[in-house]
Formats: sequence, structure tokens, C-alpha cells
Amino acid sequence: MDVVLLSRIQFAVSIGFHYIFPPLAIGLGVVLVWLEGAFLRTRDPIYETAARFWTKVFALNFAIGVATGIVMEFQFGTNWATYSRFVGDVFGSALAAEGIFAFFLESGFLAVLVFGWDRVGPKMHFFSTLMVSLGSIFSSVWIVVANSWQQTPAGHHIVPVLRNGVPLVRNGEPVLRAEIVDFWALVFNPSTVHRLVHVWIGAFLVGAFFVMSIAAWYLLKGRHTEFARRSFDGGLALAAVSALAMFVSGHGQAGSVYRHQPAKLAAFEGHYRTGPADMNLFGFPDDSAQSVRYGVAIPGGLGLLLHGDPSKPVVGLDRFRPEDRPPVGITFQSYHVMVGLGTLFVGLTLLAAFFRWRGTLYQTRWLLWLFVPAVLLPIVGNELGWVAAEVGRQPWIVHPKVTWTADGSDLVVGPAGHVVYDEREGLRTLDAASPNVTAGQVLGSLVGFGLIYLALGAVWVFILDRKIKHGPEEPPGDSPAVPDGALAAAGLRAGHEGRMTGGDGSRG
Amino acid sequence: MSYEALCVTWFILEGVLLTGYALLDGFDLGVGILHPFVPRTDLERRISMNSIGPLWDGNEVWLVTFGGALFAAFPEAYASVFSGFYTAFMLLLIALISRAVSMEFRSKMESPAWRRFWDWAFFGGSFTASLLFGVAVGNAMIGVPLDDAGNFTGSVLDQLGPYPLLVGVMTVSLFAMHGGLFLYLKTEGEFQQRLREWMWRSWGLFMVTFMLTTIATVALIPRATENFRRFPWAIVVVVGTVLAVANIPRCLFRDKPGLAFLSSGGVIAGLVALFGLALYPNLVTATGDPTRSVTIFNAASSPKTLGIMLIIAAVGMPFVLTYSGVIYWTFRGKVKLGDHSY
Repeated sequence: MDVVLLSRIQFAVSIGFHYIFPPLAIGLGVVLVWLEGAFLRTRDPIYETAARFWTKVFALNFAIGVATGIVMEFQFGTNWATYSRFVGDVFGSALAAEGIFAFFLESGFLAVLVFGWDRVGPKMHFFSTLMVSLGSIFSSVWIVVANSWQQTPAGHHIVPVLRNGVPLVRNGEPVLRAEIVDFWALVFNPSTVHRLVHVWIGAFLVGAFFVMSIAAWYLLKGRHTEFARRSFDGGLALAAVSALAMFVSGHGQAGSVYRHQPAKLAAFEGHYRTGPADMNLFGFPDDSAQSVRYGVAIPGGLGLLLHGDPSKPVVGLDRFRPEDRPPVGITFQSYHVMVGLGTLFVGLTLLAAFFRWRGTLYQTRWLLWLFVPAVLLPIVGNELGWVAAEVGRQPWIVHPKVTWTADGSDLVVGPAGHVVYDEREGLRTLDAASPNVTAGQVLGSLVGFGLIYLALGAVWVFILDRKIKHGPEEPPGDSPAVPDGALAAAGLRAGHEGRMTGGDGSRG
Repeated sequence: MSYEALCVTWFILEGVLLTGYALLDGFDLGVGILHPFVPRTDLERRISMNSIGPLWDGNEVWLVTFGGALFAAFPEAYASVFSGFYTAFMLLLIALISRAVSMEFRSKMESPAWRRFWDWAFFGGSFTASLLFGVAVGNAMIGVPLDDAGNFTGSVLDQLGPYPLLVGVMTVSLFAMHGGLFLYLKTEGEFQQRLREWMWRSWGLFMVTFMLTTIATVALIPRATENFRRFPWAIVVVVGTVLAVANIPRCLFRDKPGLAFLSSGGVIAGLVALFGLALYPNLVTATGDPTRSVTIFNAASSPKTLGIMLIIAAVGMPFVLTYSGVIYWTFRGKVKLGDHSY
């Protein structure tokens, strides 16, 4: 196997594993801020109990997130040196800003959040929680800025690299790189805001479903009932609002992707031929037949989504040379499963909200059981969203601009009817790897990371499971809340007898 | 500011970030290196880990920011170093991951085998990371083979020469001493007494390797001595570093461990400064043809970007220093284990 492919697999493995944790940190961070704020306002000890419990879970997730995050920063240089030389001036600044503005804030105040319960007062503790949450959000800002710049570059120009005063030439061609011209145009490049909002909502969904999953499990087992109800209610509110907001955000995203990366959108939708476009709900794109097989489609749906008019033509993959097209199958399926999950979240949260409004949610055991494993779905949704975004931008690691005709209805194409990208403006993934790293080296590190991440993932799930089974400490002097019915009362009693307090005395 | 001045400023700022990292993560790596040897009971091992529990993560951010700033300010150097030292960086990542999760995981189970496993992972990660940092510094000093685009052309074995390994051992002993002094401030009783002998041992090993490194540097790296002739004031740094080394046993005899810890911090800061002075203006020295060296002038970003980064640093770093100070103050004093401890 060649170095580029191995490096791509390694990047996919390491970012895929890492990206389980940042959305959890952002989502749970918001939950923690809300809980501690509620405690300061009401002084109801159950909020403090809840905050302490979620802090322990948060700390565990955060530690793995930090440990696997450094890998990401290093990999740009280790595996993608040519890319690093091309973008360092632009992309590096965003990473450095992330370090200075986000990582220091997060990691510093995390110390107070996790270890400072007995060292600072509740107000200072609340402030620290707020700062950790803010830090994780700042971090997402800078990393999404950096990634968005590669998708829709702006605020820069491409210049020849000088080495000791003379232009550097490799294989007869001058070596180029991107340099910042307008910092704010770079930060607010055309896709930053859309994608950032999308990432945040995705993170809120993960955090909310994570809380609901654990709370639903306690409700089913009749343990920590009052804690679980409040957690579930909070999680449900956040999830329902986020699920609805995700639809609006997704719609805005599609329009932006079409304008700036039309090949990616065509791959999302399996839209091969320029012209009126259906929206496939399901199907299998077939490159050789240039169509989607076994598809179920809304006629004119894509035209309606993008132009508000089902009959208006939409640019398809036929506007691009075959070597300029992204792999359609992976892009199409990951995008469609993501959209399907998004729809499912709306249905699931609205259903639960309906039962909550009727006052029967906590007795509707089948629905609670659905929520226990449902936490996996938004995690999968987040991962697939990134797969669609990153595979869909291939073959480019830095995407060159496309030009639209004056009326904006079609792309400007060359004599063969294909878009002619300015190769100077972009960088192909195939040309971006480190020239001096061998396939054997990458294979070795890939196997190493693979094994370590498998082990880490297993230990993480194992410890998380123990923490959840151990549950929150009961607040001192707290009398059990008045149960809603005999069933809940029975469950509550059984739960207290079944609590696993032994064997984990050193730390919960 | 002229372009040259910006390049030099960022070279100094990278030095500041590296000093911050070595000073801070230096002691928590050192605690990890001493972990299997000094604490004897489970309680003592927990105290050892919890002494750095709230601090290690923030300390490591100095490395992440150093890397990010290198990427932004000197992308050519970032690309050269990270791809050239591929295998070393992968080992470093695995070492940093092991020590981070070993602290988080160790106390989650009572089983002695479980805890022993994570104790060794903590030691292994800390030791390997310290050794690799030293080896990297050694290679940067002595030089590596580069092609005309700044790509490393040698093999992994070329990076394990005697000089880099010597600097590696010196770094391990320096961090062990620094970590021992830190742990001394955080502990009490018999555990603390046991640390004394380890502080002497690590100080002794550091003294020997420090002298050997100095001799080897003078003998093998003429560039370094040339730079000291070029910047005569550098003698102040040399004298300061030597005095700081000598001050450590003096403070230990006079029972002033806080000052001893500050002195070992001074040693680290002095050594990073000497490293920078010896290297200047190179970031990666090419063996053979010196025009192939990656310097702060041919590796830098555009003046515009260096200027923007300077603003980012000027806005961000005062906040970082302020709340880092607040957090270190919050966790001052001896280690107390509580409900949320490791």
C-alpha cells in the first residue's frame, strides 16, 4: 500500500476516534454549566450532586480527548509535510490561536472543575465550569475555521516559496504556498459560520443523548429517580431544540456546499447528470451506470431544496473530469445516513416530549429503553457528517475555487465541458504527504495507534459503565422524592438495595 | 518591525514556549520517572500521581502551543522536523497518551494488578517522553542530513547517535531531579525523607551528564562556540546556569526545598536559552552543506502572519499567565486526597 493511502487511513482512524470526545466535552460542558447555575440560583443540593456526578464522567472523557488530540496536531507535520508547507502560514495560525485561546483556558480551569470542589467556593467553581465550557467551544471555533478554510479558502494569496532569497524549484516547477492577506476574511471564510453552527448542534445532540441515556437507565432501574428525571428533562429539552435547529442548519449547509464545492454536493446526492434533480431518500450510486440504483426519490426535490424550484437544473458530477470527482459511494451513504439520523432525532425527541407533556414519560418503559442505546446514534451521526465532508472534498486537501456563470445557473467550464480547476490555487491530497516518510513507517504507527485506540476504547467503556453503575452520591440529608406511583416507589427501594457502593471506595 | 526582527522575535517566543513547557511538564514528567522507585505503598503512589493531577494537562498545553506556533511561524521547520523525526514523534505520542490515561485509569479499580499495570505505563510514558525530548534537542544541535528542500534524508538509526542519546539521558536526569524537588514540596513524613536520596542521585547523574554534554558540545559542535563568541553576553547565561546547578545542593543542605525547586527551574530555563543561543539562527541544522539548514529566516511565514500571530500572543498570553497563576495558587500546599482525586 502506498504512503498516501496509509496516511489517509491513519488520519481517519485517529480523527474518528478522537472525535468521539470533543462533542461529548462541548455537550456535557453546557449541561454542567446549566446544573451549576441552577445550584447557585436555587441552592437545591440535587443540582450539586448531579454536577459532581457529571463532572467525573466529563473528566474521564476529557482525558481521552486530550490524549488523542495531540496526535492530530502532530500528524499534519509527520504525515502531511508538503501540505504543512503549503498551508502553514494560514492554517498554522488558526491552530496556534486554538492553543493560546482555547486549550490553556480549558485545561487550566478543568483542574478547578475536577479537583477544586473543596478548594474554591461554589461561585468560583461555577466560573471555572463556565470557562472550561467556553474553552471547548473556542477550540471548536478555531479548528472549524482551519478546516473550513481548506474547503472554501479565502483571505489568502498563493505565492512562490523563497529559499535564501531565490524561488524554490522542485521537478522544474516553482514551489508555492498560501499566505494570509486578510485575517478576518480567512476566519469568516464562506463556510465557517454554517459549519460551526452545524458542529455545535451536533455536539449538543451528543451531550443531550448521553445524559438521557444514563438517566433513562436509572429510571428503568428505579435508581436515583429524582436526579434521573431532572437530568432527562434537561437533556430532552436540549435534544429537541437541537434536533429541530439541525434541520435549519443542514439546509443552509447544503446551499453553501453547492455554491462552493458543487462536486461534493453532487456526490452527497448521487446527482450524476446536470439538469433537473431529484432528491434520493435512499439508494446505491453506480458510477459505471452514472445513476443511483434501487433509489427512492422525491422528484425535483434537490432543485426545490437548492433553488426553490423543482424544475431548475442542478450541476451534476458530469461537469467534472473523472479524476476531479470525489468517491461517490462513501460520500452518498454517509451523508444519507446522517440526514436519516437527523430526521430520527426529531421524531424521537418530539415523541418523548409528547409523553412528557402527557405526564407518562417516566412510566413508558419501551421509550426509555430506546433512549439507553440511542446515545450511539448522534455519535455515529457526527462521525458520518465528517466522513461526508472530508471524503466529499476529495481529491482536494485544499479545495480550489469554482467559477459560476454570470446568472449563477451553471459552472464555467472548459472546452471539454468540464470545470478546469486552477491547480495553483488548490492542493491535491495525492501531492500532500511527507516525501521522506516510508509506507513501512506509517504502517507501523497505524498498527500501533489502532491497537492502542482499541484498548483505550474498551477501557473507557468499561470504566464509564462502572461509573454509571455506581451512580451519583445521594445528597446528604436528602429524603427520597415522593414517587409518582407504586411502581416507581417499588423501583426506588429496589434500586437503593442494589446500589454498587462497594469496591470503588477510592474514587467514584 | 522589519521582517528579520519579526523572525527573531518569533524565535525568542518559541524559546519562551519551550521554556514554559520544559519548566512545567518537566516536573510532572519527573514525578512519572520517579514513580516506580520512590513511593512504596498504594497510598504513596496515589499521592505521587495526585501531586500533578490538576496540573499536568495544563502543562502539556505548552507543548501543544509550541507545536502550533512552530507550524504557524516556521512552517518549513515544522514540516521538516515532524516528518523527519516520524518514528520518534509516533513514539512520543504513544508515550504521552499512556501517561495521560494511566493517571485517569489507575484509581478506577482496586485490583493490584490493574494498578501495577498503570503505574508502569505512567513511568514508561514519562521516561520515554523525556528521553525523546532530549534526543530531539541533541539532534537539532548536532545536525541531521537534509536535502535542498529541507527534507530529512537519513534513517531512524541516524537519529540515535551518541550525542543525542547523551542529551537524552541528561534530560531524563534533569526532569527526575526537578520532579523529585516538586514532589518533596508536596509530600510529608517518611515518603518525603525517601525523596531526599533520589534528589541526590538524580542531581549527581545530571551533573555528570551535564559536564559530558558540555565537553561534547564544545568538541563536536563548532557552530555553538562561534555563536558564543558572537554574543559575548551569553556568558551571563552560562554562569547563571552553573550557579543554579550549584545552588540546588546548597538549598537542600540549608533545608530550603522551595528555593532548590526554583533553582532547578532556573537550570532548565538556562539550558533552553543556551540551546537557543547555540542553534541561532538555525532551527534544523543540516550536516554537510550549511546552506541546506532550515533557519528562522528561510522557514518563516510571511511578515503579515508573523505580525498577526504577535497580536494573538499579546492578547492571549497575559490571560494565560494570569489564570495559570491563579490555578497554581489554588492547588498550593501538600497533596490532600479527596473524593475527586485519582
